[in-house]
Amino acid sequence: MRVYVAGVGLTRIGRLFDKGILDLAAEAAWKAIDDSGGIIPDAVVVGNMLSSSLQSQDNLGAYVAAGIGLRGRPAFKVEAACGSGGAAIYTGVSLIASGLAGSVLVVGVEKMTDFPNAVVTEALAQAADSEYELFYGATFVGLNALMMRYYMEKYGVSRDEMSAWPVLMHRNGAVNPYAQIRREITIEDVARSQVVADPIRLLDSSPIGDGAAAVLLVSEEVAKSLPEKPPVAITGAGMSVDTVELSNRETLDRIPAAAEAARKALEMAGVRPEELDVVEIHDAFTINAVLLLEELGLAPRGKAARLVAEGKFHPGDKPTANPSGGLKSRGHPVGATGVYQVVEVAMQLRGDFPGVKVPGAEKGLALNMGGDGSTVTVHILSRV
Amino acid sequence: MRKSGIVGWGAYIPRYRIRASEIATLWGWEPGVPHGLGVEEKAVAGVDEDAVTIGVEAARNALRRAGVDPARIGAVFFGTESKPYAVKPSATIVAEALGITPNTMASDLEFACRAASEGMRAALGLVESGFIEYGLAVGADTAQASPGDVLEFTAASGGAAFVLGPAGDSVAVLEDVYTYVTDTPDFWRRGLSPYPAHGEGFTGEPAYFHHIESAVRGLLEKTGLRPSDFDYAVFHQPNGKFPLRVAKKLGFPREKVLPGLVTPHVGNTYNGSALLGLARVLDQARPGQRILVAPFGSGSGSDAYSFIVTDRIVERQILAPRVDDYIARKTYADYATYAKMRGLYIRTTF
Repeated sequence: MRVYVAGVGLTRIGRLFDKGILDLAAEAAWKAIDDSGGIIPDAVVVGNMLSSSLQSQDNLGAYVAAGIGLRGRPAFKVEAACGSGGAAIYTGVSLIASGLAGSVLVVGVEKMTDFPNAVVTEALAQAADSEYELFYGATFVGLNALMMRYYMEKYGVSRDEMSAWPVLMHRNGAVNPYAQIRREITIEDVARSQVVADPIRLLDSSPIGDGAAAVLLVSEEVAKSLPEKPPVAITGAGMSVDTVELSNRETLDRIPAAAEAARKALEMAGVRPEELDVVEIHDAFTINAVLLLEELGLAPRGKAARLVAEGKFHPGDKPTANPSGGLKSRGHPVGATGVYQVVEVAMQLRGDFPGVKVPGAEKGLALNMGGDGSTVTVHILSRV
Repeated sequence: MRKSGIVGWGAYIPRYRIRASEIATLWGWEPGVPHGLGVEEKAVAGVDEDAVTIGVEAARNALRRAGVDPARIGAVFFGTESKPYAVKPSATIVAEALGITPNTMASDLEFACRAASEGMRAALGLVESGFIEYGLAVGADTAQASPGDVLEFTAASGGAAFVLGPAGDSVAVLEDVYTYVTDTPDFWRRGLSPYPAHGEGFTGEPAYFHHIESAVRGLLEKTGLRPSDFDYAVFHQPNGKFPLRVAKKLGFPREKVLPGLVTPHVGNTYNGSALLGLARVLDQARPGQRILVAPFGSGSGSDAYSFIVTDRIVERQILAPRVDDYIARKTYADYATYAKMRGLYIRTTF
């Protein structure tokens, strides 16, 4: 399978007080359309989590598509909590692979900063199980804290070893012009930062921000008709879900849906994990990144944090992990994040990513996750 | 130069202090959090103090320095967001306590932390128009914060007061003033709600910084003055860091800001905040110096004033306690005592 990436567009992530959800979507969407040479898409897929609870806005497919000037075509919103962006890409790929559309604009957009943290946090917590977790007072950070504590105890991993990940992310993100937090931090900064839910500290956590990312996907046929055939394609797509409630999983130090989604995507693309040059993975919290590196087979169980501390996955290594700065530093406008990741990997393969570069990258992977491992999408991108 | 100015100034800060570290320990904040706000301790009103008593103390000091017969004051404006009475003016209590009643205007103003500054503008205008001879503007607060909220590190008690009058009797003559106001809901308290809510990050860039920068730039443009023309720059100080950052953005060096920076020592006294800073600058200013003062109120707005100090200042500096005297006069309270004084315990009476 080949679904070509004909155009990409990003907004800077941040507290963008003067931009609403439609402004953000339009900015990224038209950048992607312009980047493609002006392809007007057959269909629009919007990745978004919170419009219903924060903007009191449903019907987002029509709202965004018509709002940015693309009336008269199919459009809908895809929601899978923090994994909405990846699920939207998966849907866009499906539309093209099925032959229903020759070109699809996938826009991930999230507007979060108009509200106090408590309101946003409560909305985000709906990624967890409302009846079996939230009702009993669990918070989303608290559930991830259980996973982090369990992992650190089971494998004897220290605080400072875990901290190597956010330190690396901030170093990468510091030079990404689209990143929300462009500031380096130290191991000591992480250790001194505010405890959010022990052992998760503030600097283990991704920030709240506004942003939008868009990608214009086209079929082989449309790609051939372009003056220049796009050099990058999505060659593998995998998706897998698990129980939303953590208590029904076998163990707290595994994210089986990630392993399964990656297996499907890699198999479809005919790519082995060791062939990957670049990966963008979902590090909403430090523990997510550590577990996902292990699920992808890039690190032995219990070893990922230590490997990061020893220099593995840093720029120059294969694969380079999150040269964008990841959710931690680039930011995590939740429903847009999965689209950011695909755009960033595509730009790495095209050679025009404006931050930390992975020179000569041929194959990349984007992994987006909803909840604490309940919805995972993996896309493999290749130079073609 | 305009025809009005500051005739007398006065400050009051309650004696009790609670250390930021005490609050951090109780609520589980890392020490870096209050440190990042640049506030070491805050002033706490005692059990028998409220915004009115604080306002009366500050106004008494202002009258001492002004040397004006209270009966000649024709307007009392009281700016606070800690009104002891929701309905019934506080300004009348202050006016009565100081012998200003009955031949005076008196009203309470509301504009978050900027209400007293608007009172100053109004009084200066009434003086210049000839409606009154002297006016009194008072800013005093016993600022509220939900226990455990990050606001609790800074929300403090204190106040400042100014007698405004003709330029010929002023210690600091008004050179010009520029006001910038928009509807920007960064911080608010709904009716009957005990504690204010804040838009977190929203309170910074679009509110505090945008409004103060716009007011100060407006003043500089209107007057043709440059930052280097000022000897002191006083800004609203919700914490110890914002005023230094806004000064830097506007091109005022740190050493012109530090003399008017009181929040690191006593916390944010809301309507007292920038005005206590102005009072502290007047405590030490020399004739001929130029002072920029820019209070800010959430909701949002800022006034930028330029004052020029006159020869009269020296003799009046010694007529009442200085801000530093109040900063130095302190008794530490633990969290439990502070909670009792601030009414955080709800008692049932039988």
